[in-house]
Amino acid sequence: MSRLFVYLIPVFVIAVFMVMAHFERRVAHDPTHRGFFDRNGTVLGIAFIALVAFWTLFLVVLPYLYMVQESFHPKLVAAERGGPKDILTLEQYRSFFIQPTDGEVNTTHLWAFFFSLAASAAVTVLNFAICYPLAYYMAQAGSVQKVRLLMLALIVPYWVNEILRAFSLRLLLASKGLINQVLMGLGLTDAPVDFLGNNVGLYVGLSYAYLLVMMFPLYNAVESLDKNQIEAARDLGAPWWRIHKDVVIPYAKPGIASGCTMVFMLSAGSLAAPQFLGGPKTLWFTSIVYDFFFQAFNWPRGAAYAFLLLAGCIALVMLMLRVFKVSLGETIR
Amino acid sequence: MSADVELDRVTVRFGQFTAVKEASLKIAGGEFFSFLGPSGCGKTTILRTVSGFLDPSEGAVRIAGKDMIGIGANKRPTALIFQNLALFPLMTVAENITYGLRVRGMNKADRRKRADELLHLIALPGQGDKLVSELSGGQKQRVAIARALAVEPQVLLLDEPLSALDLKLRQHMRNELRAIQQRVGITFIYITHDQGEALTMSDRIAVMNNGVIEQVGDGKAVYDEPRTSFVASFVGENNPFAGRVAKADRTGAVVETPFGLLRGRNPNGVKEGDKAILFVRPEALRVGEGPKDATVTSTVLNVAFEGNASHIFLKGADKKDITLTVGRLERVEIPEQGSTASVTYNPDLGLVLPEGKLARE
Repeated sequence: MSRLFVYLIPVFVIAVFMVMAHFERRVAHDPTHRGFFDRNGTVLGIAFIALVAFWTLFLVVLPYLYMVQESFHPKLVAAERGGPKDILTLEQYRSFFIQPTDGEVNTTHLWAFFFSLAASAAVTVLNFAICYPLAYYMAQAGSVQKVRLLMLALIVPYWVNEILRAFSLRLLLASKGLINQVLMGLGLTDAPVDFLGNNVGLYVGLSYAYLLVMMFPLYNAVESLDKNQIEAARDLGAPWWRIHKDVVIPYAKPGIASGCTMVFMLSAGSLAAPQFLGGPKTLWFTSIVYDFFFQAFNWPRGAAYAFLLLAGCIALVMLMLRVFKVSLGETIR
Repeated sequence: MSADVELDRVTVRFGQFTAVKEASLKIAGGEFFSFLGPSGCGKTTILRTVSGFLDPSEGAVRIAGKDMIGIGANKRPTALIFQNLALFPLMTVAENITYGLRVRGMNKADRRKRADELLHLIALPGQGDKLVSELSGGQKQRVAIARALAVEPQVLLLDEPLSALDLKLRQHMRNELRAIQQRVGITFIYITHDQGEALTMSDRIAVMNNGVIEQVGDGKAVYDEPRTSFVASFVGENNPFAGRVAKADRTGAVVETPFGLLRGRNPNGVKEGDKAILFVRPEALRVGEGPKDATVTSTVLNVAFEGNASHIFLKGADKKDITLTVGRLERVEIPEQGSTASVTYNPDLGLVLPEGKLARE
């Protein structure tokens, strides 16, 4: 049954693309506009469609579909696959809420799930707080040379690979690290502060990792704002914070939404930074997913958990877009 | 309430470049005052120093006698209307108009009332809930005026606000602006490169060139009694005849031009041997022979009919045509293209000024 479904997908995808190619000419308002096949010829046209369709199919659609169907199966050894035990089941999803072993509520995983989402939201807010003033300065206030220098200073650190960045942060924040030594040397604290155990390292590392992802949408959004709008608000008596609240932020809202969405999604799905920089008691949800795939070899449960994470993220993002009255279309402008 | 504005030796430099050089003048309260000049002459810079977006490098700006240096744009009793209007696109018309009041903490009901009053003033009643993008160019223009007037400024600054409108609307808005100014009675400072706008609306005009105020006066003075060659050539059409002064006294001067000796008044007192330019307006010239020192003879290049008037172009010196305007109802024989014609003028309407830079065509 599910196999037939898999075979039908290519046919379906190609059909969709053919229809899109057919209607493409109607979208263009120019009456002399020629259709897709008129422009490219039948052979090339079909070749283009087939190539794009297979790209979409093999790199986008099929892998996810495979994971979806995997998540609805029990964990089986290879010999039992396709046998009588291979049934469609919700047990992998259920196991997220209720432990399959003892029937207790699965507090560990539920906590990891909500902690990951909440921490990612915190990282998003932190990143916005750092990037907004920078983006505003670069887009509206700074001189060309200073902006270039700043841009370089923002980009160059990204040449350093993630592992190196994570571990050097660890060294800085460790209990005998530079920051603690300075703090104790200044007499600000007697005992070293446990930055890593308190997840300070995690927040710093994640914020740093996705700084540019926030920076560029914000910069683009603020940059296209007419300077006269800012001056008009000032001329009408607005203090600086009102100018931002009433003029700049509403204008840049799609860019802010886009940057926040990306930072949030990437943080919630990140693996390296939480593992290297998280405290010993911190369990990031992606680590659980990773362990199911590579430690427990329980692909169905790993897949189910990954989709739960995806669903949770999407739900939260949609909710936030709703709260801040941004349409999804605006964020990808 | 209106306030007078005083510029006291205001100089503005951007690096090496001097945008405004020692501008000094006093604008009376309730006056409609225009700065007129070609683009890049420094008029917008002056406007920005009055509004508070720029501090002068030297000199002082005083509004109602109070020194404005160090007082930000949001604290000055001025309101600025931008060239591109800079209405807030995400706010409704009423929100735009009352933004300045909201910033000042006025409550919603009072704002609504004020918005309605202002919408009446600009003849857009009941349009407060529209978005700015739903308005036409002229309507946007009026919303921008209302937004600036809402904060009850003592001085309204206008930075070429009509330049984006089409010709008919522009002429209509000229009258409307003048009417609004007379109704609200506050000082208007108007920036324009369009001499027609400046002449029709202003009480007084400052003509600027290269960062320097060349002349200040009412429209008639600037048009009839220009004091420099630049003003004579920039304000209205003018025919320049350059040469050396052959004879000069208090009442008049004779200039040795490529068309012979020509006479005009001598208000600036040019002296014999000075380089000078004689200016004669196109409407001061007429076809025919006159006194020898007020007659120019040349080839007719072209005749253009423009409805209420005809323009005759004669071959001039330095590839510059001599223009002559003949009213529709004047009974003159218009010379044919290619023929040689003489034109003459009343020497009292010719003006001899010291040589100086002319406005670019």
